[in-house]
Amino acid sequence: MTMDELCTGLCKLMVESGADAGLAQFMSLLVGVLLVSGVPLLTVIILIWVERKVAARIQDRIGPNRVGPIGLMQTFADLLKLLGKEDITPTSADRALYNAAPLVSFASVVLIWVVVPFTPFHFGVDLEIGALYFVAVASLGTLAIMTAGWASNNKYALLGAFRVVALLVSYEVPLVFALLVPVMLAGSMSMLDIVNAQSGMWFVVLSPLAFAIFYISSQAETGRAPFDLIEAESELVAGFNIEYSGMKFGMFFAAEFLHVFTNGILMALLFFGGWMGPLYYESPLIAFAWLGLKGTIIYLTTLWLRNTVPRLRIDQIMAFNWKFLVPLSIANLILLSAALKIMQELGIAPRDMLSASFVDVLPTTIVMLLINLVMVAYLLGILRKRGQEARRESGANQGALAQAASGAGD
Amino acid sequence: MNVLNEWAFVGLFALMAPVFPALPIVIAWLFRPRKPNVLKSSTYECGVETIGDTWVQFRVQYYIYGLIFLIFDVEMVFLFPWAVAYNELNLFGFVAGFLFIFLLTDALFYAWKKNALDWK
Repeated sequence: MTMDELCTGLCKLMVESGADAGLAQFMSLLVGVLLVSGVPLLTVIILIWVERKVAARIQDRIGPNRVGPIGLMQTFADLLKLLGKEDITPTSADRALYNAAPLVSFASVVLIWVVVPFTPFHFGVDLEIGALYFVAVASLGTLAIMTAGWASNNKYALLGAFRVVALLVSYEVPLVFALLVPVMLAGSMSMLDIVNAQSGMWFVVLSPLAFAIFYISSQAETGRAPFDLIEAESELVAGFNIEYSGMKFGMFFAAEFLHVFTNGILMALLFFGGWMGPLYYESPLIAFAWLGLKGTIIYLTTLWLRNTVPRLRIDQIMAFNWKFLVPLSIANLILLSAALKIMQELGIAPRDMLSASFVDVLPTTIVMLLINLVMVAYLLGILRKRGQEARRESGANQGALAQAASGAGD
Repeated sequence: MNVLNEWAFVGLFALMAPVFPALPIVIAWLFRPRKPNVLKSSTYECGVETIGDTWVQFRVQYYIYGLIFLIFDVEMVFLFPWAVAYNELNLFGFVAGFLFIFLLTDALFYAWKKNALDWK
């Protein structure tokens, strides 16, 4: 039974049993909303445990292992502890905005799940502008963090919020340019169409570069290491959430953990064929399992990255975005679209990915993959040259310093 | 579901979404201890009193990044329809999109050469 059938069936049932038609429709919509939102809300409970356990293992610690089997009940213990915490609102804070910020932060992440299709037949709604909706809703989170920093009336919080505006806003540009590639290939912004268009070949094979740009930018969008200077414990204490305590503080963290997982699922949908996998058409459960598996693997790599790389300075982050990622994502879009158009005109590329089989897409795949590999080779050349220059410079600096030191010693 | 119903679903979801985080906060509000004092609810700054106004003017560099982002963000919204219609585009429409992206890139390089992208 699909979501659509469920809602209309429920609506019909209520009307037949004598309920008002408008009310019945509202109630069936509400059931749909609760079912769809239930998925992220239930996953976030497990995510908090996964996050802590993985971080602990990478840092050679044991992690939560006391409450329940392998510490699985830890989240509930944390929840109980947070319930008993005093909730302090600084007297100088802007109360209304201060209280609204954690709500908006969490809501913006949950709202992304409206357009996430779980299986070919189970999804909230399949909006025709799904990809654009995702971009619009995800940027609400930026607003929430800015609000939190501003309303706290604390200098650390405000500095953190300033950095958010610079960082999150900048990395949205390469994110959207990378998102344009799957939209262009599928010829649709609907998430369902984008996944179905990958029945011939996953988009990650067609353009690994677009995936890499999307991956890096979404790591920055969630404010994770190496882009975690929003929080920067060592210099800003905690950044934007410094004045928050108790459950409101917890909501910011739940939102962040959920956002990372949501991005993993989105990348699985946009680039890794979503629920496509052996036997996915047999049962919605298998399809759902494939999507979950792919999303979880991508999510775990982001956790790995987060726990192994050091933090960058803000000037390095901004230079990396505007002078590397943005030009790269534009070049990627231009080259791929030109190549695809030429191949379409020559008749070796399908004009409609939705109905294209593996054999139809094969020539396109080879050409696009080659273009991407050439770009990567060229980029590595540039990076190598830059690295050599930087090393030579720092070597010269160190030589001068050593000379000065030995001169002072005489 | 028809189009109106789709957006009714999104609208209802948008109304419900803040309720989910609000619920635990309200429950915590019912159970939490309340012992406020002047020091506890003062602004946190490593034990010393804050000096001056917090809501100060911010660096102009943030503003410049904001402006560059705004240009790109607005132009990217126009690129989405182009990408959706890509498969049916004739040569004219295709080249028009290219010129549009070229203008974008041109603006980026102008900002780059003007050192607007350097963190100062």
